[in-house]
Amino acid sequence: MDEPQLPLLLHLADNCLVLGQRNAEWCGHAPVLEEDIALANHSLDLIGQSRLLYQYAAELMGKGETEDSLAYFRDAPAFRNFTLLELPHHGPLAPSGSSQRDFATTLVRNFLYGAWALGTWSSLAQCSDAQLAAIAAKAIKETTYHWQYAQDWVIRMGDGTDESQRRTQAALEHLMPYTQEFWMPLAHAQAALNVGVALSGAQAQSEWSSRIDAVLQQACLKRPPDGGFVPSGNHGSHSEHLTYLLGDMQSLVRAHPKAVW
Amino acid sequence: MSTTTSHEWPLWEVFVRSKQGLEHRHCGSLHASDAKHAMQMARDVYTRRQEGVSLWVVASADIHASEPHDKAALFEPASDKIFRHPSFYDIPDEVGHM
Repeated sequence: MDEPQLPLLLHLADNCLVLGQRNAEWCGHAPVLEEDIALANHSLDLIGQSRLLYQYAAELMGKGETEDSLAYFRDAPAFRNFTLLELPHHGPLAPSGSSQRDFATTLVRNFLYGAWALGTWSSLAQCSDAQLAAIAAKAIKETTYHWQYAQDWVIRMGDGTDESQRRTQAALEHLMPYTQEFWMPLAHAQAALNVGVALSGAQAQSEWSSRIDAVLQQACLKRPPDGGFVPSGNHGSHSEHLTYLLGDMQSLVRAHPKAVW
Repeated sequence: MSTTTSHEWPLWEVFVRSKQGLEHRHCGSLHASDAKHAMQMARDVYTRRQEGVSLWVVASADIHASEPHDKAALFEPASDKIFRHPSFYDIPDEVGHM
């Protein structure tokens, strides 16, 4: 990895791909048809963002790397996504069967990540790497919609019935500690400085906080106190869930490596 | 969740304007909990192939429709009044498509 922005590109791309793949698990299973289509749309947006980033990364890496080799032929320890994004949809209140996914967990995750992604893409749109800035500018539009959609659901569920309130609060308490990884001094933070933006600094964190606090207040949800386990997916130390996710996503192309449409 | 939810969201009619200057056209319907939700759903269900630049959603309950059994009284009287169609004119070529 000679190019200084590579760790950042892979981190961003892995975030998008892993969350896109996760959310796509609702395809055919969402509570209603309209939500099914919406979540699949968001997944396609995320996977589209990851493709642009992988293509750019592969170009910088050379040596025959392609977007496909990066997405399909790396194993879990090589992935640099936040741990938050690989967690299953079960959450604390749903059993672990795949048919018993918890919609609140999905939406709270998208909400927490969306607020981060919006700030990150906005910063990167100003960065000194023109290609990355252009990818960020495109991603802002999609992310703005994802964020609106997620916050709208968080408000509906938080300020909804007793059951939806209970599930949404539980999902928030389950997922919030994982967001601490957003602000750790990570490899990608240095890479970001090389393109002229600070992604994990105090200012980014306080903007993220005010973004989510405003929504949580409207949603009648209580922000859990900071603290707890700090994950390190960005360093390649993942939960066991990523391996299963990648197994799903990569097995077909690995079984038929030269297959084409 | 899928086992406990009863899907009783109201129905909404969706109108899409395909480009500036054209009118909004009815393109379908969907279920949503309120107008804001219906707008989001309309965006995701009906404009994901670049179909539109503007959306309207209208609660289906707010649309008053003609009754099928009134069809004869309402529409058939027009059938023998072909003079209402401007088809007795020769349109000059330079006018182009009308």
